[in-house]
Amino acid sequence: MSADVAVLGAGMHPWGKWGRSFVEYGRAAARAALADAGLDWTDVGSVVGADTVRSGYPGYVAGATFARALGWQGARVTSVYAACASGAQAIGTARAQILAGLADVVLVVGADAAPKGFFAPAGGDRPDDPDWLRFRVLGATNPAYFALYARRRMAVYGDTREDFALVKVKNAAAGTLNPNARYRKAVSAEEVAASAVVADPLRLLDICATSDGGAALVLTSMDFARSRGIGDPVRIRAVSTVTPTYPRTVLDLPDIATDSAVAVRPAAGSFRASIARAAYEEAGLGPDDLSLAEVYDLSTALELEWYEDIGLCGEGEGAKLVREGATALGGRIPVNASGGLASFGEAVPAQAIAQVCELTWQLRGTAGERQVPGARAGITANQGLFGHGSAVVAVR
Amino acid sequence: MGGVLALTRTPVVSGWFTETAADGGFRLLGTRCSACTAVFFPREDAYCRNPHCPGGGELAEVPLSPRGRVWSYTDGRYRPPAPYVSDPAEPWEPYTLVAVELEAEGMVVLGQAAPGVGVGDLAVGMEVEVVGGVLNEDADTRTAWTTWRFKPVGGDA
Ligand SMILES: [Zn+2]
Repeated sequence: MSADVAVLGAGMHPWGKWGRSFVEYGRAAARAALADAGLDWTDVGSVVGADTVRSGYPGYVAGATFARALGWQGARVTSVYAACASGAQAIGTARAQILAGLADVVLVVGADAAPKGFFAPAGGDRPDDPDWLRFRVLGATNPAYFALYARRRMAVYGDTREDFALVKVKNAAAGTLNPNARYRKAVSAEEVAASAVVADPLRLLDICATSDGGAALVLTSMDFARSRGIGDPVRIRAVSTVTPTYPRTVLDLPDIATDSAVAVRPAAGSFRASIARAAYEEAGLGPDDLSLAEVYDLSTALELEWYEDIGLCGEGEGAKLVREGATALGGRIPVNASGGLASFGEAVPAQAIAQVCELTWQLRGTAGERQVPGARAGITANQGLFGHGSAVVAVR
Repeated sequence: MGGVLALTRTPVVSGWFTETAADGGFRLLGTRCSACTAVFFPREDAYCRNPHCPGGGELAEVPLSPRGRVWSYTDGRYRPPAPYVSDPAEPWEPYTLVAVELEAEGMVVLGQAAPGVGVGDLAVGMEVEVVGGVLNEDADTRTAWTTWRFKPVGGDA
């Protein structure tokens, strides 16, 4: 049995601050993906929704919420939450159902209506929640953690603020070519340098904004795709969903401290690297086989770290890649050809799905002006709170 | 509010630090598993999280090292959202965050820097010590919420 599943449809609701319900974005993305697949909603045997925590009760049961909005039709339904990895976990769930023979056609949907400014923990007085504690006790926002990583890179590898800015310049340039992106304007290094410092050394334009948006995929068994006359679809070959291993020695949000390494020797390599490694092992390919990658550029500096973690270069060599233009459109290995979160902003449950939408269009050769010529394989990588790590490998 | 209030000093989280360690100093408090020696901060009192732990141990309170070295640092130039407490009527005063490597415990602990310590006063690898401080004062409940802070060793900040 092949472990591949086919991607027959991909769709998005354009990202931005639209001020509407996440349900509307998700429904629009789902309908776009179904139209792309040439399938009707009533052909769908299972729907998997990636949850949002910001839209109350319907957000927590996103699968059924989207199914209701599309019209109840009796499909199998699942709702999953894994913070920023929610979308990838939804894809993993859909794939498992297809490979297990539980459904031939699965619709995966993620959508969000994000607040302005910093993400904050759920409300109420909840000192048993590490996410609440890091805000209450330290005021440690997400950008604060990104800034700690950025500063550490500067100290250990000699990265500069100018290196970080190059990532924004590159991703903004790609975003100008993407009709679904929120920001479609080129950004210069001078503009990054002139933007306000949010958390030293990171500036406003080093950090991704919050956005509304939606993304959806129609995944099917390979047999179903063939039965529809599609012999060579984009295929998902791997979905990794690994946890870190103890002791986790890099401070990660929302934690206030790392694990202690006194009892157990830490494993070689980082948690983020283990996410990609698991996907490569499952897919039976490696970084040299990639045509492109989509990674979470929550900050510019973090994108450089992903270069190393997905094996595009050695540890500490990420800045060299962006300086050389290797990861830009037209470079040796484009990263965030979509424009990345720098151009989209965060719509948490949608973004890992949006990454796979981009791989799908690129592998089909239909990505328009941002097309990576001859794309054959791509990886996505992301990380959720509390040790959720996910990567997806797609091939053609 | 005005006037001098007698504020009750209360730890912002109970059991995470003491101002009266055996040597009289301020110490962060963690727990240590007697079966595998793993240390936890914030404290774990219910179970050991080391998957290789032989089990059967007890989690005993242990003061953490009073000094460590800066792993990284940053600041907060914008007001963080609640539950961080700040007065929206007052201009925002950026705070500094320091991640500190404790060698003996083999761990990194995050904390705010002592008042007056900015990012310009810090460098990765610099030695810092933990001290007590006040996170915020609540006039309504007459509470001074106490916390831990890091400051450069030998600095007067
Ligand atoms: Zn133990």
